[in-house]
Amino acid sequence: MKSTGKKKKRTVISDEPDNCTEEDVKEADILAIVRKHDGARGGLIAMLEGIQQKYGYLPENALRILSNATGRSLVDIYGVATFYRSFTLHPRGKHLVTACLGTACHVRAAPRIVEELEQQLGIKASETTPDRNFTLETVNCLGACALGPVVVIDGHYFSKVKTAGIKKLIEEARNGFPDEKMLEREFAFPVEASCPQCHHSLMDAGNIIEGYPSIRVDISAGEKSGWLRLVSLYGSRGFESEHELPVGESVAFFCPHCKARIAGTTLCTECEATMAGIRIGEGALLQICERRGCDGCRLELDAVKSQV
Amino acid sequence: MITLKINGLDVSVEKGTTILEAAEFIGFPIPTLCHMDGLTPYGACRLCVVEIGEGKKAKLVSSCTYPVEEGLKVRTSSKRVVRARRMVIELLLASCPQSKTIQDIASTYGVRTQRFKQEYDDCILCGRCVRMCEEQMMAKAIGFQNRGEKRSIGTPFDTKSDVCRLCGGCMYVCPVCELRCTYNQPEKAICGGCANLFAPCVEKDNFDDMMCYMNPCVACEIPKE
Ligand code: FES
Ligand code: FES
Repeated sequence: MKSTGKKKKRTVISDEPDNCTEEDVKEADILAIVRKHDGARGGLIAMLEGIQQKYGYLPENALRILSNATGRSLVDIYGVATFYRSFTLHPRGKHLVTACLGTACHVRAAPRIVEELEQQLGIKASETTPDRNFTLETVNCLGACALGPVVVIDGHYFSKVKTAGIKKLIEEARNGFPDEKMLEREFAFPVEASCPQCHHSLMDAGNIIEGYPSIRVDISAGEKSGWLRLVSLYGSRGFESEHELPVGESVAFFCPHCKARIAGTTLCTECEATMAGIRIGEGALLQICERRGCDGCRLELDAVKSQV
Repeated sequence: MITLKINGLDVSVEKGTTILEAAEFIGFPIPTLCHMDGLTPYGACRLCVVEIGEGKKAKLVSSCTYPVEEGLKVRTSSKRVVRARRMVIELLLASCPQSKTIQDIASTYGVRTQRFKQEYDDCILCGRCVRMCEEQMMAKAIGFQNRGEKRSIGTPFDTKSDVCRLCGGCMYVCPVCELRCTYNQPEKAICGGCANLFAPCVEKDNFDDMMCYMNPCVACEIPKE
């Protein structure tokens, strides 16, 4: 829920034409949205979402057109539009800053954080700066109470925020967040891979894929054999290969140094194909499904294993 | 026909009748505020609470929205009901102390204390006007907006509505704005109870006749020439 919500917001921001005004609302666009959701029956929220996606907010004209097109009264539409926090009747700024004022954050001085945000941005909560850069909103709990006070800027969560750090956060948001932050968010992180048999490193610093040194293994599938390079980013599925690998084909992984088969200990839980086992760092075994197109993978920590 | 027991008496009513209607039919009065004949039941004010069931399973329900059930046992003014109702009244009174309708209900139930801060709102969100506009006037000009603390009634975008015919039906059915205590402007006063009597804070005995709930004490607020 959280991650999809974030993504949606991001697309809204990038879609938004910078100075969208009431006049820009085209009847045809609204009608297209109505048709898409079969406006005659239900689907009001979906239609409002569509409009908000298009304009970044819900323009008054758009709601009036919607009311005419669907035969619903404007009161009902307005009621729904004001009921949900995710809809807004006023244009939002390019960056959305959301500060949590829930109980847990409140006792950890969230009101002071909000005050500081208001001061730095020169606006009050639920307002937008005149240059349409920032919108400040408050919410009542983001479900991350242990990390409070929580501030979310354009989908990036910041925990245990201090008043002193606010200025920097806003500066960072203005310049766009660096990419590593985004990677962290997707739970992808670079790994160091080695052969579980001979402990020789499998890293191939000479070949960079997606900005990271690749992991090189030998593979064989039926008659064919050759090399395969994987992105050394846990969570990423990118790879390069000597041969075309059709989706669904299973291959066997071998160490390029000791030539041993680097098989995993179990079968893939997703598709029951064999898995390859690669040592990650000092104490973990990463098993990945050997079938092209399957996302099955499993990370086992040695410490956990020996405990069991 | 469905037979149920209200305060120990057997009543037989059509299927689909509410407890409130059944009780009125046999003659037990239940106070209501958001309920109005001709409008769909809404169940917002909770003034019409009654107790149903027995023993541990007994519970409070709003009689205006609860359809009768076969063999249901209803108590319309048990101790628990009266306690709950007085609490509801106290809360309503705190939000709209100027409403004569609410003041009268309060005096009927002998509410004397007010433990909550008076808010001087002008709406208890009973939704009578909204239903009136939609169901009787077929206009749908006003409706609820926002939610929680900010919930209010109004026209979309708070501008003049295109569908409103200025019939005034909404004001006519409003239990809060029809009769307003005008306390410190005695010339406009509608009941004048406070102006005619001594201040309740001084003459405690008079309080019984007056049943005025304004805070600060209205009698003290009236400008004296
Ligand atoms: S109170 Fe802030 S996340 Fe729950
Ligand atoms: S009259 Fe039943 S809840 Fe208001």
